Amino acid sequence: MTTQLLVNIALGFAAVCYAIALLLNAWRILRPRDVPDRVLALDTLTVNAIALIVLAGIWTGRLVVFEVAILFAMTGFIGTVAYSRFLLRGDIIE
Amino acid sequence: MMALVDMVVAALLVVSGFFGLVGSIGLVKLPDTMTRLHAPTKATTLGVGGVLLASMLAYGFRGQPWGHELLISVFLLITAPVSALFIAKSVIHRSLSPRDLPPTGRPAGWATFERDAESGAAQPTGALQQRE
Amino acid sequence: MSRVLPHPGLTLLLAAVWCALVGSLSANSVLFGVMLGVVIPAVVRPFWPETLVVRSFPRAAGYALLVLWDIAVSNVVVARIVLFLPRSALRPAWVTVPLDLTNAEAITVLAGTITMTPGTVTADVSADGRALLIHCLHAPDPDSVRDDIKSRYEARLKEFME
Repeated sequence: MTTQLLVNIALGFAAVCYAIALLLNAWRILRPRDVPDRVLALDTLTVNAIALIVLAGIWTGRLVVFEVAILFAMTGFIGTVAYSRFLLRGDIIE
Repeated sequence: MMALVDMVVAALLVVSGFFGLVGSIGLVKLPDTMTRLHAPTKATTLGVGGVLLASMLAYGFRGQPWGHELLISVFLLITAPVSALFIAKSVIHRSLSPRDLPPTGRPAGWATFERDAESGAAQPTGALQQRE
Repeated sequence: MSRVLPHPGLTLLLAAVWCALVGSLSANSVLFGVMLGVVIPAVVRPFWPETLVVRSFPRAAGYALLVLWDIAVSNVVVARIVLFLPRSALRPAWVTVPLDLTNAEAITVLAGTITMTPGTVTADVSADGRALLIHCLHAPDPDSVRDDIKSRYEARLKEFME
């Protein structure tokens, strides 16, 4: 019973860490040095959001939350690649 | 047994929360885009990996499915270097010149610049495809 | 065999991924996974004509464990640099790593490994594919970084790929 409490405290700690991380990422997206910097911040934001979603999944125990995390991972990666490719070539699909 | 698993899960969650935060602090604190690239690609990936491993342990030992977490962590582990490479290439393309980089030690130059010289900045993309 | 199943490993991987997505190992999902594993490699075959050859699977597994361990270590190193090293003491550096590997898949694995391990990110490849451009977060001695990459990762990759 006590170890369950331990897990809950750890969940809360991790959630606070990732919430602060998301705020820092959002600040970097609003104030980037140049465009690749913004893409990088957006990529990091997606990965941190996945972590927060998975934490919610552990907390609630609902399986559907993990499917959301999979979709986030896929769209986040494709978004980063498409954005960088646009910066590199000025075109996404050749 | 369950108590031990829970303790490992809690430790993993704390460590990964710490690394996730460090990755984002690095993103804000380091001086330019190339150095900033280091913190998120490594620290954030380990942070997410730790959270997913914790979830796998928490559910796997209770006999519930844990395949999704495994898929997400493998996917992130494979895609993180690819995203990093793409961002690095766009930084090189936009704000660096061959003089800023060390020589390749080969007759050919770095791929990003060769590509620039080959296609030209304002060239329509149809011409580019024919040449390949 | 090779006409029907151009990449047997990919077939197994796709079936396993499908089962993990569905979250069950019932006959139904395994069968559909194997079906996907046969159809998808056949469809994408024009994009991937060569077969990936892994000569020794125990060595590949050993390499994967080494890389996972190095990822954990590299995070502690990077975290210390991010949190405690003042900006003025930071020494970023570009390093050229000449390659002995020639196989495209092996070079891809090496580039990914370099990105995930201590303080280095693969930034570019030379146009002829024989050298990698590495960016180091904090490298007072860039030559040692290059020697480290060549002896620790490239030599091991050479043993079981290409």
